[in-house]
Order: sequence, then C-alpha cells, then structure tokens
Amino acid sequence: MAEPAADSTDSATNPEVPDIDLPSDAFDAVLDALADRDPGDPLRFEGFSVAQDAEGGDEDATGAYRLDPVDGDPRTALSERELHEALSERAAAVTDWYAFERVVGEFGPRRAFLRWLEDADGATVATRYAALAEGIERAWGELRITATVTDRGERRYDVRHADDAGVPVDNLDRYDDPLDARDLVTLDGKGRYRPLKTAPSLAGGWAFPDLGPRDAYEAVETIYPATVANWHREREGELDVTHWRETMERQSGIYGVVKTWDRGEGHEHVNWVAEACCDDSQCLKRREWGYDEETDLDVDGGDGVFPCREPCSVVVSAARKWTRLESEQPRTYEFDLTPSEKEQVEDIIDAVADGRIDEIREADTKEGANRYRTRFLRAKLFDGEGNLGGVPTEPDEEDEE
Amino acid sequence: MQSLVIVAHGSHLNPGSSAPTYDHADTVRATGAFDEVKTGFWKEEPHFREVLRTVEGDEIYVVPLFVSEGYFTEQVIPRELRLEGWDVSEWDSDGLSADQATLVAEDIDREVHYCGPVGTHRAMTDVIVRRAESVTDDPDVGDGFGLAVVGHGTERNENSAKAIEYHADRIAERDRFDEVKALYMDEDPEVDDLPEFFESDDVVLVPLFIADGYHTQEDIPEDVGLCEDHTEGYDVPTEVDGTRIWYAGAVGTEPLMADVLLERAADAGADLGGALDDVRETTRVATGD
Repeated sequence: MAEPAADSTDSATNPEVPDIDLPSDAFDAVLDALADRDPGDPLRFEGFSVAQDAEGGDEDATGAYRLDPVDGDPRTALSERELHEALSERAAAVTDWYAFERVVGEFGPRRAFLRWLEDADGATVATRYAALAEGIERAWGELRITATVTDRGERRYDVRHADDAGVPVDNLDRYDDPLDARDLVTLDGKGRYRPLKTAPSLAGGWAFPDLGPRDAYEAVETIYPATVANWHREREGELDVTHWRETMERQSGIYGVVKTWDRGEGHEHVNWVAEACCDDSQCLKRREWGYDEETDLDVDGGDGVFPCREPCSVVVSAARKWTRLESEQPRTYEFDLTPSEKEQVEDIIDAVADGRIDEIREADTKEGANRYRTRFLRAKLFDGEGNLGGVPTEPDEEDEE
Repeated sequence: MQSLVIVAHGSHLNPGSSAPTYDHADTVRATGAFDEVKTGFWKEEPHFREVLRTVEGDEIYVVPLFVSEGYFTEQVIPRELRLEGWDVSEWDSDGLSADQATLVAEDIDREVHYCGPVGTHRAMTDVIVRRAESVTDDPDVGDGFGLAVVGHGTERNENSAKAIEYHADRIAERDRFDEVKALYMDEDPEVDDLPEFFESDDVVLVPLFIADGYHTQEDIPEDVGLCEDHTEGYDVPTEVDGTRIWYAGAVGTEPLMADVLLERAADAGADLGGALDDVRETTRVATGD
C-alpha cells in the first residue's frame, strides 16, 4: 500500500526535524496530567519522563518537578519555569504526546488510524516529524490523505480524491466540515446515485485541505463508513467475519428466500456473486468472507486496505433477485447468428458488465457494443414482440396464438 | 459520553432517502445535547450491522426513524444491531407504547438503550400539525381547514394503521382543525376518495412517512388526483372535486422531527439539558413578523 512520501531510509538516517514551539495548551496539559498523578508517578514521553518531584509534594507554583532522560542524569527540583524550558527543548516529543493523548483521544479506531497515517512502522518522533514536515501521503480507497505538522506540533490533514493529488486547492471545491462529505459521496461523476459507498466511483474535484485529527477521521469515516472501525478490528486480530451462509440464514421478510439458494450443491453461485459484485472494479473493500467458515470462495477477494466482513445489503438484495432467477430451469432455444453476431452479443455483455458503454464512441462501429451496431442487431434479429431470432421466451406462446 | 444513534431505512435507489435522517441528525447535533450523533441504515452505510462499532460513547441511545412499530423495529433492527436477549416483550407495547429496552449489543459488548420508533411517540402529533403549518405557510392554520393523516393500511402492518389513528385522534381532540380523518392507501377509508370524507373546502394531507419516495411522490399524488402522472408535478394547493388539497409530502422531512428523536432519548434517560426547547424554537414556522 501507500508509502510515506518522504523516503523513509533517507529520513531515518538524516531526519530534518522541524523546529517546534511548545504551545501553552500542550504545556498546560502536561501540568494537568502531572497534577492528576501521584508524586513520583512519571508521565512518559519519547526519550524522557516527567514527574512531580516526590520530595517537593507541594503543588504550589514554586512546585518541584523532575525530568528523567532515558539515558542521562535526572534533573530534580525544577520550577514550573524550568520545566517549561526543559520541555521546550523537547517540544517535538511533548507535542506528539499532546496530539495523541489529548487531541486524538482514546477511541481505538480513530487513534490507530491517525497513528498509522504517520507511523506505519513504529518510527521515532524525530523521524515522523521530519516526514510530516514534508507531508506524509496515504491512500485509503480512492482517497489521498496528506498529513503534515505545524510549527506548534499540531497535525493537519488534507483529504481529497487521489485523482486530485497535486492539484492546487484553489482549483478544487474547498470544504472544512467533515459532514459535508455526505454530499460528495452521494452521486458519481456522472450524477448517478452511489448505493455502495465503497464502490470505486467516488467523484473528485473537492478537498478538505486543512483538517484537524478528529475531523480528518470523521471525513474518512463519512466517505467510507465503518471502514476504519473494521480495519482497526482486523489489525487487533478481532475482525468478526460473517460468511455467506450465516448471512443468508439470518435474512427474513422479502429476503428470507435467499437462504433457499444454497442447496448443499457447492458454492459456485456464490463465486459468481462475488465476481459480479465484490471484485475490486466494483468495491474497494477486501472481501474476507467466504461461503462458510471452512470454505473460501474461488475468486479473488481484492487488495483493498480495509476489509469486508460480511455480504453487504447490495449483495443480499441482488442475491434475492438471483435466487428467483436461478430457480428457473435452462431450456434450449434455437436461432441463427453469424459468427460476428455471436461475438457482438459477447461484446455487449462485456461492455455492460465492465461499465464501458459510455466510452464507446457513437460512430465507432468497430465496437460490438456500439449503439448503431446494437440497434442494427435488434432491427435484424428481433421480431415485433422483441423476441431474439423471433423465438418466443415461453415455448407454448406460439401454440396459444 | 452520551451518544445518539439514529437508525433509518435508506435506499439503494433513491439518493434523497437518507436526507431527512442527516438533516435531523444535524439539528440534534447543533443542540450539543449529545457528544456524538451517528446514523445507521438498512440499505446504506454504515449498515445497522456496523454502526455501533463507530460509536465512541458509553451511554448510547438508539432511536429508529420509522413510523410504526412492526417488522423493522421489532425484528430487523434488534437482530442486525445484535441486541442480546431482545424480545419484543421487552417493550411491553400495545403497538403504540414502545418506550425503550436496555440491552447489551453483542457487537460492542456495551449496553444500549433501544428506543421505540419516532412515529408512535406522542410528540409526533405535533410534527404532523407543524407539517400542516409548513405546507400552508400559516403557523395558525386550522380554522376552515380539514386535516387528513395518511398511511399504509393494515395490509403490511397492523400497527401502521394504529399509529395513524392515534395521531388523528389526538389532533381531533385539540379542536384546531374543522375535521381530522385517518385515511389509508390500501384499505378503507381510502385516500383516493379524500374529497368524499371532508366538508371543508381546504384539506391538508399529511402522509405519515419518513422520507419522500415512491409512495409519497408518485403513489399518493396520483391516487388522490393531484396529477395524472407524477412526472407532471402538482400545485399546492390543488383543487380536486371541489376540495383544495394541500399536499404536505412526507411528514418525516419536517425539521421538528428532530424533537421526537430527542423525546425518545429523553424518555430512555438521556440528559438533554435545554435541547428540547431549543429544537422546538429553531424549527418553528416563521410568523411573518
């Protein structure tokens, strides 16, 4: 998947760590955190820890703090001013603590996601800040997320369509409220409704150029709902996968019929469903469910960064239709096609299945799925009732005439 | 941390189906009464199955944006949310009186307060009246007007008709409109014959539906005779057989619906501060001053 934009080897050996000013809210948060702790109980940062000096248990302004570098001599009996000075020299580590402990907060999916954006491999603060200073880019579905850091150690995020990477913000529609993303995901580039938010049909032309951590997470979760939550569960080894059989058994009402499609005769039909609906060309989730606990499907689950943990409502709805259609018995129909006509029928099916019909130019009669070619085929082969080759769909229709 | 989760039907086909859900979520969000407001859908995402895992709070109120108690509120939603030990008897309802049940959602291993649907809450009566005010653009509408509350009949769900009657009766008791009737789409008294049931020259027709879609935009306007074909559109009001019909469209799109969401959560124990008063005020029909 996406790598940080900065060359990680280079930045690890020669990181250009940006100068960070320690903001007062970060320093105050440290003091608050220390006040909530017992004297001597250290607050840990990368490379050092800070505690109230157990000797000077008095919480007054003159109060005493101690700072313990991981590999160095402790400094004791620091005044608040001296502590501020010491932390200012270590502002990167302090603002990193503040960003994740106080701004991002504990909520697992949000914290893990924002951490992953800048730190896939447990990099040091210096390495991460150096990379953030240049901008770390990550892909999430069709999104391009760029994480940066300000000179106060605050994270900022740019969220946009990957196709708009590198486009100046002024050339895009700018948004600041993550909930505005609800309108951006409703229709595709051609104005058609997107019933599946993880379909690879996200329209571009917009950007959230300057989001804070919580809003960046909200924007991503609005564009691709629950994908972070499921990705997080998977990373924790706790993804609850519900396979096809179990999902269909659960259905009721008008969908109750789908359980009858599984007839204990294998899972080929589910392969077809997954090939039709779950391929990366149709959905960016990586399918983790199979036919049942023991039986994987034979088609590719995709390469998406976030998992699909059970057949979605679009699949269940389509399966209901297929359950009815597939209960029909095949029949033999006889009609004549030229070899080119047979191939043309195949071209048309391919063009519809691959969503290519809009790409086929009006006068490009070399394409089997070209509109004129298709109209010609209909004019030649359909009878007045729309029957291919003049053959009625129901064999007894002719007799009834 | 207090969370509201609004669960609604949504649609695979209609891009506007989720709009009222989002609008009401925004209204509730703006009150600040909840630390977070999430939405989950049957046909959109996040799905009922996955919405709870997006919730951060520990005091979770789930309110179904549905018009009546029935298949969705009693079977589908509790099943998909994985509410452990759910049984419809938890609500101890006569079809109108579901309040809430506190159950552990297996998905997150935390308790949630599963509330009754908005449509059967007593506050929904006010939303129907407010809808009549909105469509007539008159905060005092009533005198000289009839009001028809319309829904599915019992064919699909017996409680659907109960909810319609309940609100129609409550509005009638207020003596605000000259006449109030409950009408149905698939049983008598049928909405198709609306002018026969009213003496008033003006009748506001409010469908008890959550979102505008096939029923409210195609079925009812054509059945009532507001238009031959829904694609032609219709005026508000439109005169049919001597009765001016003020067609309101789905009541669920009325901004005051946010109030019912809050009432449901409050009934289940949510601490809302002054949010109820705020919403009643901010969603009011302008008096024109």
